[in-house]
Amino acid sequence: MLKQTEGSHAVAEAVALCRPEVICAYPISPQTHIVEGIGEMVKSGELTDCEFLNVESEFAAMSVAIGSSAAGARTYTATASQGLLFMVEAVFNASGLGLPIVMTVANRAIGAPINIWNDHSDSLSQRDCGWIQLFAETNQEALDLHIQAFKLAEEVSLPVMVCMDGFILTHAYERVDMPTQAQVDAYLPPYEPRQVLDPAEPVSMGAMVGPEAFMEVRYLAHAKQMHALELIPQLGDEFKKVFGRDSGGLIRSYSIDDAETVVVAMGSILGTIKDVVDEMRADGEKIGVLGITSFRPFPITAIREALKNAKRVVVLEKSLAVGRGGILASDVRKALRKQPVDVFTVIAGLGGRAITKKSLHALFLKLALETEESLTFLDLDWGVVNRQLERERQTRRSGPAAENMLRDIGTVASKIA
Amino acid sequence: MFEVRIHGRGGQGVVTAAEMLSIAAFEEGRHAQAFPSFGSERTGAPVVAFCRIADQEIRLREPIMYPDALIIQDPTLLFQVDVFSGLKKDGYILINTKSTFDELGLSDYVRDWPADRLCTLAATDLGLKHVGRPMPNVPLLAGFAALSGITKLESVCKAIGAKFSGKVAQGNIAGATEAFELVRARIESARKEAAHA
Repeated sequence: MLKQTEGSHAVAEAVALCRPEVICAYPISPQTHIVEGIGEMVKSGELTDCEFLNVESEFAAMSVAIGSSAAGARTYTATASQGLLFMVEAVFNASGLGLPIVMTVANRAIGAPINIWNDHSDSLSQRDCGWIQLFAETNQEALDLHIQAFKLAEEVSLPVMVCMDGFILTHAYERVDMPTQAQVDAYLPPYEPRQVLDPAEPVSMGAMVGPEAFMEVRYLAHAKQMHALELIPQLGDEFKKVFGRDSGGLIRSYSIDDAETVVVAMGSILGTIKDVVDEMRADGEKIGVLGITSFRPFPITAIREALKNAKRVVVLEKSLAVGRGGILASDVRKALRKQPVDVFTVIAGLGGRAITKKSLHALFLKLALETEESLTFLDLDWGVVNRQLERERQTRRSGPAAENMLRDIGTVASKIA
Repeated sequence: MFEVRIHGRGGQGVVTAAEMLSIAAFEEGRHAQAFPSFGSERTGAPVVAFCRIADQEIRLREPIMYPDALIIQDPTLLFQVDVFSGLKKDGYILINTKSTFDELGLSDYVRDWPADRLCTLAATDLGLKHVGRPMPNVPLLAGFAALSGITKLESVCKAIGAKFSGKVAQGNIAGATEAFELVRARIESARKEAAHA
């Protein structure tokens, strides 16, 4: 049924349709509305056979999720930013143990400086934690990916993060097509664990594994993610059969067939980029977009195939590997290592900096003329940066950089964007 | 695409207003996208929310920098925030105040504006009268429907039904109806004056 609703609420409803048995919740913006929504459904009796636990921290949330998943319950939680970092030890344990937990990450920057706004630093800090990571472009896709995530997680016995842009998606009201319970039931069978804590058939989970088998256990986790590369497109196809729409998959391309320049990105910024691509196409520019839905496993072969005719690749990412440059760009570079193509890295939208059509348009035109691979910080205020650098040259005790720069900028309450 | 920016203060239902506008547009079969600009949200602090309305899927995710219309829920913001930033020429302006544009010191800014695109409405009083709380958002939304014609009053009432229930919904519908009629009458008289001028 079509409805106009908040992204968080749409995800809460979709998760409820997946018949979760344990939800553990600890509030952190911009994720909170999701677990609040599910909590309301449990309390009202709309969602039955589901234990809703308020825990005392994110570390507890993931610990509870591990316990309940090991006990055979379909388990869900959600977090963001510092919350994800606080649960990291348990995050690695969940994947190491092969427990099919589904978790929404409402993407938000990581402090310091503290910042509640959107970027991808939180999920991407966990790129090697062993979880599958899927990125949603719209609220419809966020909703759909959660339904697929449970099936995928349980099929490969690995946990899945569904990543959606904090505020930009979680707090946006837009149209979604909410599936029926019958559709979700037809797609997602009841959870049949590969391993379960059962007093009748005791097993040990999480015991120490020494050098004799640790490599093999880790390799198996990698092999499972490689298997997920095959499974993700299949689950997308099955999804289309039941729900009648394209959602998920490894990658999604737009106007790339004859494109000389292809922009690669993840998440909700793909929509704005598509609008820019349409404008530039109208001006005769051969430009297209490649969206990456599956960041982990990273679909190297699919990306290589999609970009085989590109002359120039622009990776636009909302994350920064300090001291290195792009995170997504490095992975894309690896996929293209044998192709004679320049890969430009653009860091954009950190800490909620608005990414505008105007800036993207100018950026793509500028990069089309460059011949050396480069690293660009979109809309960086060089005046503010240079003043601070000068201050640090002049004075040993130059003070906290963030405070100095805020003072240089002055009031922001009067500005719109 | 029609783009609306709503300015107000924390506690005035600014974000809810944008969401309700999107619901009203959805009720008429259109695509709509509403989202807040999250700053340090505190009661009384300046808040901005946005709503886009279109006949096809809305992919754009940037803040609305060049709005077709402004709803200003708190006139004290005029002296604090650059509320008119990027407003398109002849765009709609609806301000919650008992004063006129002249009294607010805006006569120079709107000198060449069509008179039927400008309106003030004592929306806080309407909120107090009908809901018992100084909430200007719903009367402004209904007033905006009359001013811009972007949605019908009926759709605003459906959006009220989606957000509120019982007596609060009834009060809001009464407030919305009064606001809609007030603004419609003002716009009609402005058009008549313009025709005579």
